[in-house]
Amino acid sequence: MAEKLYTIIDDAGIHARPATLLVKSVSNFNSEINLEYNGKSVNLKSIMGVMSLGIVKGAETKIVASGSDENEVIAAVTETITKQGLGQ
Amino acid sequence: MIVQSLKGIGASAGIAIAKAYRLEEPELVVEKRVIDSIEAEIQRFTAAISQSTSELEQIKEHAFKELGEDKAAIFAAHLLVLSDPELINPIKDKITTEKVNAEFALQEVANMFIGMFESMDNEYMKERASDIRDVTKRVMSHLLGVTIPNPSMISEEVIIIAEDLTPSDTAQLNRQYVKGFTTDIGGRTSHSAIMARSLEIPAVVGTKTGTTDIENGVLVILDGLAGTVIVDPSADTVKEYEEKKATYEAKKAEWAKLVNEPTVSKDGQHVELAANIGTPEDVKGVLENGGEGVGLYRTEFLYMGRTQLPTEEEQFDAYKSVLERMEGKPVVVRTLDIGGDKELPYLDLPKEMNPFLGFRAIRLCLEMQDMFRIQLRALLRAGVYGNLKIMFPMIATLDEFRSAKGILEEEKQKLLFEGQQVVEKIELGIMVEIPSTAVLADQFAKEVDFFSIGTNDLVQYSMAADRMNQRVSYLYQPYSPAILRLVKMVIDAAHAEGKWAGMCGEMAGDETAIPILLGLGLDEFSMSATSILKVRSQILRLSKTEMKNLAEKALQMKTTSEVIEAVKEIMK
Repeated sequence: MAEKLYTIIDDAGIHARPATLLVKSVSNFNSEINLEYNGKSVNLKSIMGVMSLGIVKGAETKIVASGSDENEVIAAVTETITKQGLGQ
Repeated sequence: MIVQSLKGIGASAGIAIAKAYRLEEPELVVEKRVIDSIEAEIQRFTAAISQSTSELEQIKEHAFKELGEDKAAIFAAHLLVLSDPELINPIKDKITTEKVNAEFALQEVANMFIGMFESMDNEYMKERASDIRDVTKRVMSHLLGVTIPNPSMISEEVIIIAEDLTPSDTAQLNRQYVKGFTTDIGGRTSHSAIMARSLEIPAVVGTKTGTTDIENGVLVILDGLAGTVIVDPSADTVKEYEEKKATYEAKKAEWAKLVNEPTVSKDGQHVELAANIGTPEDVKGVLENGGEGVGLYRTEFLYMGRTQLPTEEEQFDAYKSVLERMEGKPVVVRTLDIGGDKELPYLDLPKEMNPFLGFRAIRLCLEMQDMFRIQLRALLRAGVYGNLKIMFPMIATLDEFRSAKGILEEEKQKLLFEGQQVVEKIELGIMVEIPSTAVLADQFAKEVDFFSIGTNDLVQYSMAADRMNQRVSYLYQPYSPAILRLVKMVIDAAHAEGKWAGMCGEMAGDETAIPILLGLGLDEFSMSATSILKVRSQILRLSKTEMKNLAEKALQMKTTSEVIEAVKEIMK
């Protein structure tokens, strides 16, 4: 299992556009990937799941991946999050 | 029943004359069935998903070409919904374990998600429910073998008649053939209205009965200026509207030439035409319409549609963006004006008997100072990036202005102490909306740098008539000599102290009021961006000296109708 914490710094939080990018960045991995926020956990491959969390600026979020390519997952998510200026 | 004329809300200006094209949403009736072959049912479901996917890909392409990357982005999200494992897998599971048909399984799972988003207490999230409805409806139509309308296939000139238009409907509209549209529901700020304005096609929304009263193929006149729809007009009416259309288009072309021109009266007097904005995105429209500044930046939109207060950084970014994009042109920012009809659920303020006379605007800010100070800090810091002026709303006494100014000064000192860059000199003004402030304007003028007259509230407070109450709406009389006298007091008071006076209510962009306001010596007119060119073309034709005479006469008149008559006479 691989996991990493991110603080969301985008003013609008994770709204439709960044959610689209995040889900796309992981949709081809085999691992089971979850996004945790505010005591809830959703499938990161699910756009509706990600949107339903209503993640706002300043949110502490965690990505948990488990599977054969779990480390690659974390690398890919980190790249999307930093490149898009979503979080750190 | 044959209905000749329908009244709605003009959501996008212009006139269109064409045949009606009913964009009908077929009724999708889902029955629960027990299936024989699970495999075949899953196959059917997968096929419906892939048909929907390829359709959405096409719509996305079309939106990208017609509307640009921004508006196409929503369809990238829609496509992801179609491949969302949390949607697909539960449906397949339901088919497998409950042996139900794909339609029923889809409906159950989709409704669960729609309900979940609708129940969120965040406007943005609530709207996402309609995205899910839009996407799943497409899949459902393929399962049921029902064709849902495809507006991109229209190949003759039409006016679309619909109950409402979904994002995917509007994105498919082809401007070459779709001359306008009308919907039963919606208001000026509904999704379809906004899209109509960005497509620049006329639209009338909220006709309530358009889809019941208008038959396919019948000739329709759509007047997006007046908000009317005329069904099956006579030849004479068609001719009349063809002329109106030509006049409007000629005027529009004439106005477009004035974008980079100054606003100067016939006798060479300059006034400033500025725009009212709500968000940084509105700046584009201000510049495209030749605005000479922003006369009212309503900051409350930064606070609305969310669950907590905006941070200092968020506000700083928004203010900075507006100031930078206005490139040194004046930007008047109004500090938070909340309360009255504008609520912020997360502030948890008690309901009031008379919200318009209650705890709102500056009254609230002077008490909830933590919130107010954050806004002032963001403004002081952003001021470095352009020509910022700050005004306080709903000022009733000089003490209120002095307190607000004092708080601003304190925050400035704190920021300087922290080593932050802040704007050196800033003009501080007040909104004049309360009659007592207009009456005492000569005293205020000694301490403020400018006035901006908010006529919507000034009229309702002066006439003691709630402008939301239909039964007393006849008292909403901005041209009343009583109101004109108050306006004159404010302008004269400003000028006596070498200060300036502007106006940011609806009256500032009003054809009938403008000759009088010009005559009274108003320095700045702030209105919705789309009115600027029209007003500029009007002022170019007026002589300020002559309007001064008109204004003096109007001040001595007895009734509103006398004033309107006098203006009509002079505009002939």
